[in-house]
Amino acid sequence: MKKGLWTSCVAALLAATPAAAQVSDDVVKLGVMNDQSGLYADITGQGSVIAARMAVEDAGGKVLGKPIEVIFADHQNKPDVGSSIANRWIDAEQVDTIVDVPTSSVGLAVQQITKTKKRIFLMSGPASSDLTGKACSPYGFHWTYDTYMLANGTGNALVKAGGDTWFFLTSDYAFGHALERDTGAAVKAAGGKVLGAVRHPLNTSDFSSFLLQAQASKAKVIGLANAGGDTINSIKQAAEFGIVSGGQRLAGLLVFVTDVHALGLKTAQGLVVTESFYWDLNDETRAFSKRFMEKSGGKPPSMVQAGVYSAVAHYLKAIKEAGTDDADKVAAKMREMKVNDFMTKDGEIRIDGRVMRNAYLFQVKKPEESKGPWDYYKLLATIKPEDAFRPLDQGDCPLVKK
Amino acid sequence: MQMTMSPTARLILAAVIALLALAAPYVIYPVFLMKALCFALFACAFNLLIGYVGLLSFGHAAYFGMAAYITAYSVKAWGWPTEIGILAGTAVAAVMGVVVGVLAIRRHGIYFAMITLALAQMVYFFCLQAKFTGGEDGIQAVPRRPLLGVLDITDNHVLYYVVLAIFVAAFAVIYRTIHSPFGQVLKAIRENETRAVSLGYRVERYKLMALTLSAALAGLAGSTKAIVFQLASLTDVQWQMSGEVVLMTLVGGMGTIFGPVVGAFVIVGMQNYLAEAGEWVLVIQGVIFVVVVLAFRRGIVGELAPRLARLVRPGAQATDTPQPARLTSDAR
Repeated sequence: MKKGLWTSCVAALLAATPAAAQVSDDVVKLGVMNDQSGLYADITGQGSVIAARMAVEDAGGKVLGKPIEVIFADHQNKPDVGSSIANRWIDAEQVDTIVDVPTSSVGLAVQQITKTKKRIFLMSGPASSDLTGKACSPYGFHWTYDTYMLANGTGNALVKAGGDTWFFLTSDYAFGHALERDTGAAVKAAGGKVLGAVRHPLNTSDFSSFLLQAQASKAKVIGLANAGGDTINSIKQAAEFGIVSGGQRLAGLLVFVTDVHALGLKTAQGLVVTESFYWDLNDETRAFSKRFMEKSGGKPPSMVQAGVYSAVAHYLKAIKEAGTDDADKVAAKMREMKVNDFMTKDGEIRIDGRVMRNAYLFQVKKPEESKGPWDYYKLLATIKPEDAFRPLDQGDCPLVKK
Repeated sequence: MQMTMSPTARLILAAVIALLALAAPYVIYPVFLMKALCFALFACAFNLLIGYVGLLSFGHAAYFGMAAYITAYSVKAWGWPTEIGILAGTAVAAVMGVVVGVLAIRRHGIYFAMITLALAQMVYFFCLQAKFTGGEDGIQAVPRRPLLGVLDITDNHVLYYVVLAIFVAAFAVIYRTIHSPFGQVLKAIRENETRAVSLGYRVERYKLMALTLSAALAGLAGSTKAIVFQLASLTDVQWQMSGEVVLMTLVGGMGTIFGPVVGAFVIVGMQNYLAEAGEWVLVIQGVIFVVVVLAFRRGIVGELAPRLARLVRPGAQATDTPQPARLTSDAR
């Protein structure tokens, strides 16, 4: 009898253990790693940290009764710096989840580390669609956008909006070629025609000869398959050549609202871009952006920063549901639950880590159309998730069963 | 240890350093230590050239980065063993050193720096375009295969000792080079090239050999780093990397044997531990550089070592005071 009681006590204890709330090291620690000083500091940077902190605040600062802590670091866009921060965070500082990480090379490095060390990785900043393709991970969630969405969304939607002949201005390296190839394929699939392309070296300052070729091609749309300073320079010089006022459209394949802000409406007007979030889209995005702007000194959130909030909020909800911060269980829970917030409606998370969300095709307003600061975009088209992202079976992600 | 020191003092100092190096991974995070050691070796290789021959190469990132790519690719894509991969990277860097040397060695000062920079930029654009480097994404997830088929280097502590061994071996090569007759000739060239020529030395051959050695060691550092971080990326071949190694050498002390090591630890340490300070890292780096240039003209080690020696043995004359290669019209 006595022995029976003893056994049942042990059994009850054993049964109770997994059900009890379990948080490793009694704290849920989020590490926001991004570019705090360089090229991507405006679209990620401190704004992402603010967004992560807002999500923590909205969750009450605690999950399963344990405090949530947010730390951040600057990876300076160097994969080795990012990789050593990630290793140190996980090995020595008990970080449970790494957030943001713009720049594809750093994103891929951190994806590899979080995959081997079994930590959740919430990617809002990096663009490469390989993160849910060849390099996918059961713990990696690609939250906000990717190169496929930028290329396919813009290509497809613009053709439907009447821009059926294209000419590409391509940065002459792997990334530019990939953008050109993917966008070109989308254009052709939608019934459009690619008239030609011109390649320019990385970090070019004089685009005149390239732009003249683009102008002479008489294509309705000039696709800018480049990034960063090259995109800014080509848009500026295209304005001087009167390309947009001459009736051709410029489509930026990697342009963010902060770039438009830097260029000014006079230069950027008429540019067509794809983003998955814009602060002035609807009442909910405006309400979120208002709160964000109170903390950020008047800058509205970029899509990456909004994505950080969305990802952290969903992650914390999943911990609560799962009753533990164990990476395997939380990852499973995250996939099981639909993502719902101000920027995502019933967003499904696929097995490869891709978050399915709407993308939007915007056109930059003319200066006289803009009513106030940061009033830059008008909506041209909404792109459904299944049109915006690569079909599951085409990504070569090893997690997808053929 | 350029100061005259009693053999026992030397022995004690060496023992203390060895003990510190062996115990370090239990106190400090090993990945950071490995990174610092890789950069220390890189800076030492660079210092061999500027500190002892007076040649300012502004393209050392090319050897460092290319070797990293070669190692990463041969280990990942061809499945080569780790040690062969590292040797392959080092060999390629050495060959590049010969090619660059043959072209650049005939020019002096700023022209030499410009030619090395130009050739390094060519290497950078090659790496940007070439299929095997993976462009912007770099080569990721390089496997850490057991070293020599037995040593499991997936454990960071084990790998640390491997990296330490590589560093010590390479450092010994540099030390030996500097203190050999060959090194004496190099210093003579630094001090007065015309006189070295008049004494009958084939100055260009000496310079070429020094450049090749320096390139090979820089390559060894890059290859090791590729294994440590399991990646090779464009950062390593960019000209900023060439600038960073100049910074490390200047901060630590140009022309001193331990200077670059200290400089590398300072700069890498700042990058690592100040990452939480966000954009302030670059500002702090700049301030430190200004302070070093103003207050420590000969770098941290260059200033501190003689003082320390005087402290240990008052009245002792430093026989081989660290002599920074002056940036005279010749070196500049």
